[in-house]
Amino acid sequence: MAKPKLALYWAASCGGCEIAVLDLHEKILDVANAFDIVFWPVAMDFKYADVRAMEDKSIDICLFNGAIRNSENEELAHLMRAKSKVLVAFGSCAYEGGIPGLANLTTKEEIFKWVYRDSPSTIVTNGGVYPQTHTKMPEGEIEIPEMYEVVKSLDQVVAVEYYIPGCPPQPKQIWSVIEYILSGQPLPPAGSILGAGDKTCCDECPLEKKEKKLKNFYRPYEIIPDPNLCLLDQGIVCMGPATRSGCEALCPKANMACRGCYGPPPNCLDQGAKMVSALGSVIDAHEPEELDKIFDQIVDPIGTFYTFSLPHSILRRKQQ
Amino acid sequence: MSFEPKIIGFLCNWCSYSGADLAGVSRIKSAPNVRIIRTMCSGRVDPTFIIKSFQLGADGVVVMGCHLGDCHYQEGNYKTIRRIPLLKRLLKEFGIDTRRLRLEWVSASEGDRFAKVVNEMTEEIRQIGPLQLKNDK
Repeated sequence: MAKPKLALYWAASCGGCEIAVLDLHEKILDVANAFDIVFWPVAMDFKYADVRAMEDKSIDICLFNGAIRNSENEELAHLMRAKSKVLVAFGSCAYEGGIPGLANLTTKEEIFKWVYRDSPSTIVTNGGVYPQTHTKMPEGEIEIPEMYEVVKSLDQVVAVEYYIPGCPPQPKQIWSVIEYILSGQPLPPAGSILGAGDKTCCDECPLEKKEKKLKNFYRPYEIIPDPNLCLLDQGIVCMGPATRSGCEALCPKANMACRGCYGPPPNCLDQGAKMVSALGSVIDAHEPEELDKIFDQIVDPIGTFYTFSLPHSILRRKQQ
Repeated sequence: MSFEPKIIGFLCNWCSYSGADLAGVSRIKSAPNVRIIRTMCSGRVDPTFIIKSFQLGADGVVVMGCHLGDCHYQEGNYKTIRRIPLLKRLLKEFGIDTRRLRLEWVSASEGDRFAKVVNEMTEEIRQIGPLQLKNDK
C-alpha cells in the first residue's frame, strides 16, 4: 500500500510551528517513514506548481500553519484545501490568527505609514512609496502579494477539519496526533480540536493556588515571583484561567505567566471576555476610583487578553 | 425611517426583573427598545454575553442588578461591578463607544427608576446611532 501523503505549509507565521515539527527529534524519521511528504516549503524543495499539478484530494493530510495576511496566503489556503482530504489548522495563527492577528487593532494604512515613513529606523526614499503589487522594472513586471486590511484565521477563509492549537503546538502533542492517525483508528468528528486537553491551563499547573484577592497587578519585570505559588495570586496577569490545557503549563512552571496560546477552553467563545470575567471575580475592590487604579496596572488589556486569539474572537478587529 | 435602538437588557431575577415588572404593573411609560433577558444574578452575566449581543446586532446593552449589599447571593453584583468597567476598557480599545454598555442598580421597588434608565439609555443610543460592526471582512 502506498504511504499516506503529508503536506506542510506556512502562511503568515514565524516558522516556530515548523521547528515544533522538527522538535519531534528522532521521531521525525518515523514521520518520514510513515508518510510520503509531498510539500514542505521550509524543509524540502517543492514548488507551488508541483502542488497545482496534483490531483484534487490527493494529499491525505495537510498541516497548515500561519494566519491569512495576504493574497498569497489566501491563494495557498484555497489550493491546499482543494488538494487535501484533511486540512488541519496547525498552531495558534492558523487556528485563531495568532500574534499576526494583533494587527487587527490597526489598519493597513497605519501599518504602512509607520513602517515605510514614520518609524525612526526608516530612511524615506522616493517620497515614502508603499509596496505596490505590480512594479515595472527594466527586466519586466514584478508582482508581489497584496497585504490585506485584516488578518484572518484559516477557517475564516476555507473549511478546516481539525485544529491543533499552541504557539507552537507542543511536540509531544503533535506526536500524539500523528500516532493516532497512524494507528488507523477512525478520525474524530470534523471541527475537533486535537492535541490539547479539555480543561484549562490552571488545571495542569502545579503551582499552589490560594483564594485570590488581588489589589495590585505587576508586569513581569516589576516583581520576582515565588516559584511555588500561582502567578495570578501574586498579581501577574496569567491567562491560565481562560486558556485550554494541553501544554502542561510550560510557562507558569518556568515562572512566566501563561499568554493564552492554546486558545479558549471548550465552550468558551471569546478568550478575552472570559479573562475579564475571571479577573472580575478575583479583584478585591469595588469603589470605582480604586478599581480604576487597579485596572490601570493592567497595561494593554486587549493585547494581553487576546494575544493569540483576536481574529477568531467575537469582535475580530478594532472598529475604525 | 428614524433609527430605533435595539438594546439588550440583562436583568437579575431578584431585584431588577421585579423592578421592571413593577414598572409594568404600575403602568409607567417607558421606551420599548430594551429586550429583557432574565438572569439569576447580574454576576451571571458573562462578558461574552455582552460582546455576543453587540455581534448579533444590539446597539446597546444594559446590565441591571440589585444595589450593592442587596445581592441575593451576597456578592454576585460585586463581581459585576468589577467586570463591567474592565470590559468597557476592552470595548474602548475595540473602538466601540463605551456608552453602549451600562450597569445600573434597580431594586424590586424601583419601577420608576427602571423606566428612567430605559428611557435615558434609549435616547442616548439614539443620539450615538446604530452600531455597525465590521467583523466579516
